[in-house]
Amino acid sequence: MKKILLMGNPNVGKSAIFSRLTGARIIVSNYPGTTVEFTQGKMKIGDERPIVIDVPGTYTFEPSSKAEEVAVKMLTEGDLVINVVNSTNLERNLYLTLELLEKNVPVVIALNMWDETKHQGINIDARKLEKELGVPVIPTCGLTGEGIKELISRLREAKPIISGISSDTDKWKRIGEIVESVQKLTHHHHTLLQRLEDVSIQPASGLLIAATVIYGAFWVIRTLGEGLIARVFEPLFQNIWAPLMLKLGGLLGEDTFLHDVLIGKLTDGSIDFTMAFGVLTTGFFVPIGMVLPYIISFYLVLGLLEDFGYLPRLAVLVDNFMHHLGLHGFAIIPLMLGIGCNVPGALAIRILEERREKFIAATLMAVSVPCMAQIAMIIGLVGERGGQYLGIVFGTLFALFIIKGIIMNKLLKGASPEILVEIPPYRIPQFSAVLKKLWMRSAWFLKEAVPYVLLGVLFVNILYALNIIDFLSKIFSPILTGLWGLPKEAISALIIGFLRKDVAVGMLGPLNLTTKQLVIGSTVLAVYFPCIATFVVLVKELGIKDMLKSAAIMMFAALVVGTLLNIIL
Amino acid sequence: MLIDLTQLKPGEAGIIKELRGGFGFTKRIYNMGIREGKLIKKVSSHFWRGPQTIEIDNARIAIGFGMAGKIFIEVNG
Repeated sequence: MKKILLMGNPNVGKSAIFSRLTGARIIVSNYPGTTVEFTQGKMKIGDERPIVIDVPGTYTFEPSSKAEEVAVKMLTEGDLVINVVNSTNLERNLYLTLELLEKNVPVVIALNMWDETKHQGINIDARKLEKELGVPVIPTCGLTGEGIKELISRLREAKPIISGISSDTDKWKRIGEIVESVQKLTHHHHTLLQRLEDVSIQPASGLLIAATVIYGAFWVIRTLGEGLIARVFEPLFQNIWAPLMLKLGGLLGEDTFLHDVLIGKLTDGSIDFTMAFGVLTTGFFVPIGMVLPYIISFYLVLGLLEDFGYLPRLAVLVDNFMHHLGLHGFAIIPLMLGIGCNVPGALAIRILEERREKFIAATLMAVSVPCMAQIAMIIGLVGERGGQYLGIVFGTLFALFIIKGIIMNKLLKGASPEILVEIPPYRIPQFSAVLKKLWMRSAWFLKEAVPYVLLGVLFVNILYALNIIDFLSKIFSPILTGLWGLPKEAISALIIGFLRKDVAVGMLGPLNLTTKQLVIGSTVLAVYFPCIATFVVLVKELGIKDMLKSAAIMMFAALVVGTLLNIIL
Repeated sequence: MLIDLTQLKPGEAGIIKELRGGFGFTKRIYNMGIREGKLIKKVSSHFWRGPQTIEIDNARIAIGFGMAGKIFIEVNG
């Protein structure tokens, strides 16, 4: 046994079982399509260390989509398949099971979400099902870990079933018989959660709830983010890090090159972390002191919404609106993930079916969805000048989102496909699972962001030292000064923006901009190009040709929006 | 009398009698458990030819208006 595949319908809990088996930390959520890439890890059975692969969910092995095509290909490489089945929806899930049994691979079935059958008045005789199918059937609950031990201990019993290929009709007939004999339904009253499900999917009450949820989410994100900065991160930097840096600066001697690079410029003999621009001062303060608090608060709220199962409902509610932009409602999920960081957002674009949709979603995200790192910096810098200016920046981005969507929808050939998606039941999020996910995402941010930020700040210092910024600012001054009304030194922010958007926004700080210039600068920085990490993922997802087209749209949008703001404001 | 899914009122239920549309479409919804002979219940219908949400077996599915128009149902009684 070398390779074990976890396969099943979308949103049946494959990833939860995967992380139970391997101990690997991966993102688990309550909506179909969380896993867009194969995740692999190793588990331990006695002396063996087989590889476990978490395969994205599929309804069938007859490839009708890209994800399913890959699933079929994977199947030929697996030595054993753990078929994860949603026990609250046995009938539909068994179709894939029967298909699997015809593929001549050893199969073990995990009857997952076993705990939920009790609340829903569903009674399944697992032993009988095992007899019917001829392969081991083990009730499990991936989230709590129930049944996982038994699942592991029975993996060895799996053997391929010799059976002929049956037609679709025969399969459904067989499934009907199996379900009839192993499953008993008893009447149950709708629980409070189920009533809430009903209300939040009705058009009128649903929209009201959606507005409340979104408003509440942003309120919590902002309040928590500000609170963390004021009570934890600012004091940490002011009281502990600043004195340390001043001492180090004294050792290096002011006005030396090393002092400029590491500590940066002092303001009246003390360190202003947003102005200094040394690697050890601003370089650490931007990702940790300004951005991390918002990353934490954003991902906490997102994690709660994901695990509760709210996002697919939001997708249904905004479906109509999204069709005007050439997308269907489910595109809201990559866009929401993009608010955290455009990289996972860009990866999630894979859940959309068609090339046209992917192109539109990617372009809209790169242009109009600033990542949380950038948002945090904009809140920090622009928010200082007054809340109404934040309104202008984000309002402009939102207007751009709609206008560009409408234009692309009109100009690009084809129509937006319709939504077809399963809506999971609400589940009370497990606090430990939410915290684990928050920890993974925050750690990922620190690991991915901090090196780039430090590199960015170092790079800026070198560019200045070599007078390259001076040179470039002269070349680009017609656009920067002529069209956007920014000082030509702002070119440095645009250059660093390719690397990290948060540092780029931060670089507007020391330029002593007027409020109008700050608003234009922040908006242009959000629009003109994605950061390098997002760019790389998008090239992979869209192909280089589409990505170049998309990039042309971004730069054009930046030119127009910057100029318009300069004229209007 | 056969009506299509968009004509079913929220809260009403019926038996699926016929799926019209191409092979790709019927295959896709088949695999999500939407098949002839199944009891289907409309949960909600969104404004301006918006998505229709349905309950079938124990699953809830959101389906676009155009697709819903290809699913034909017999309402008993």
